[in-house]
Amino acid sequence: MEADRPQSLTGDSPDLLSKFDELIAMRQGLLDTGIEDPYNLVMEQVLSPTRAICNGRETILLGTYNYMGMTFDPDVIAAGKQALADFGTGTTGSRVLNGTYQGHRECEEALREFYAMDHAMVFSTGYQANLGIISTLAGKGDYIVLDLDSHASIWDGCALGNAEVVPFKHNDVEALEKRLKRIPAGAGKLVILEGVYSMLGDVAPLKEMVRVAKENGAMVLVDEAHSMGFIGEHGRGVSEDQGVIDDVDFIVGTFSKSVGTVGGFCVSNHPKFEIMRLVCRPYVFTASLPPSVVATAATSIRKLMHGSNKRAHLWENSRTLHAGLRGLGFELGTPEAQSAIIAVIMPDLQQGAMMWEALLKEGLYVNLARPPATPANMTLLRCSLCAEHSAEEVATILQIFERAGKAVGIIPA
Amino acid sequence: MDRAEVDSRIRSQVAPFNTKGIAIAEDTSFQNDLEFDSLTVMDFVAAIEDDFDIIISMNQQAEIERWSQLIDAVHKLEAARAAGKGTGE
Repeated sequence: MEADRPQSLTGDSPDLLSKFDELIAMRQGLLDTGIEDPYNLVMEQVLSPTRAICNGRETILLGTYNYMGMTFDPDVIAAGKQALADFGTGTTGSRVLNGTYQGHRECEEALREFYAMDHAMVFSTGYQANLGIISTLAGKGDYIVLDLDSHASIWDGCALGNAEVVPFKHNDVEALEKRLKRIPAGAGKLVILEGVYSMLGDVAPLKEMVRVAKENGAMVLVDEAHSMGFIGEHGRGVSEDQGVIDDVDFIVGTFSKSVGTVGGFCVSNHPKFEIMRLVCRPYVFTASLPPSVVATAATSIRKLMHGSNKRAHLWENSRTLHAGLRGLGFELGTPEAQSAIIAVIMPDLQQGAMMWEALLKEGLYVNLARPPATPANMTLLRCSLCAEHSAEEVATILQIFERAGKAVGIIPA
Repeated sequence: MDRAEVDSRIRSQVAPFNTKGIAIAEDTSFQNDLEFDSLTVMDFVAAIEDDFDIIISMNQQAEIERWSQLIDAVHKLEAARAAGKGTGE
């Protein structure tokens, strides 16, 4: 062995990727059945918020979280084009150095108006918003009490901050309360909830949970990623709808769903909130969003303030799909439509993948969600509706589900 | 509460999760011997937490692989709770 040359990894040294052997085998087993790879879909052309050419076929999109269909809004596109021409393709810098342009400020102003809150902070992705806000708020010695079905970005934020992490059973108010009461006196407490849980599309009992959190001296963060724009009187989310938004300390959200682009944010009325810009590492140590992205986000957010007709149609779509699927005999994640996500529960991964492929071949795209991302190790076909789906499209979607479900044997033929 | 009492109370909590009826010794591993997956761990931990009125945070759980480690940890947490010092480190 020479001092300046590392020993090659031939002997007994472990291959660092061998820890994924089980997953590699499971995936290969699935693909060997000849199924189309559910995690390698390519959209060659996107025709509208609800239509694309996927793997060569024209497809209805029912799994994009593009709830309000803003991705092809002419005003939004025009704002993006203008910013691209005026400010260039990217900022090449951190928000705290050379990466705050006029557009970033205008985007934060739009968020403050949308939520009627004093402070807004824009991150490069929704994932980073949770990662940054949670890890900065709750550090070593603090306690985070969170729902067991929380999104991966929330769990990762907890891990990054080194706080004591205490999960409670999904949507269980009593389990939350018991854990809050067991936290040692004097410790900092952060309760993390989501308005809509994206796997089953169910809504949290925020009214009771926020009350319990406040009674026990905890600060409250609510992730409203899947409710912005169409739940609550002003589209501010489930916390607005259930009348507790004034008691929520931090709302985290994303631009990659109803807003129709990419990016994340946190809004708050906390008087010291602005210091977060200097101490939040996932905010500081990354490049800011491109000018075109913040311009499209700001324009879209302002349009969402006046989107009540679109909202009503989205709800109509969601209720129609839920009732229709249930009528066909599918097992669904919620007893009624609680959000714009309808989760169809599959018997297992194999049949879920077959159903997913059958739908795709009929021209319908949904999300295939599998363990470990799902609660209780379920395999789900997650459908997310768009305000731009026409009533005819929803009817077509139900026909496709019926044919595919009978062919695969999920529902009786 | 002495360690033996903690052990016996947790033995009654583990029964519904020990579906194969594996004999439990001090060095029994939850993952390898009892084959607990993450969801089973969550339910089992919640049952212990409620029984002893303590918190076993995810951070503390990460240090627990074997039966003896669980009994030691709960014994300590229970003693701290009884002494009114809360459940933290």
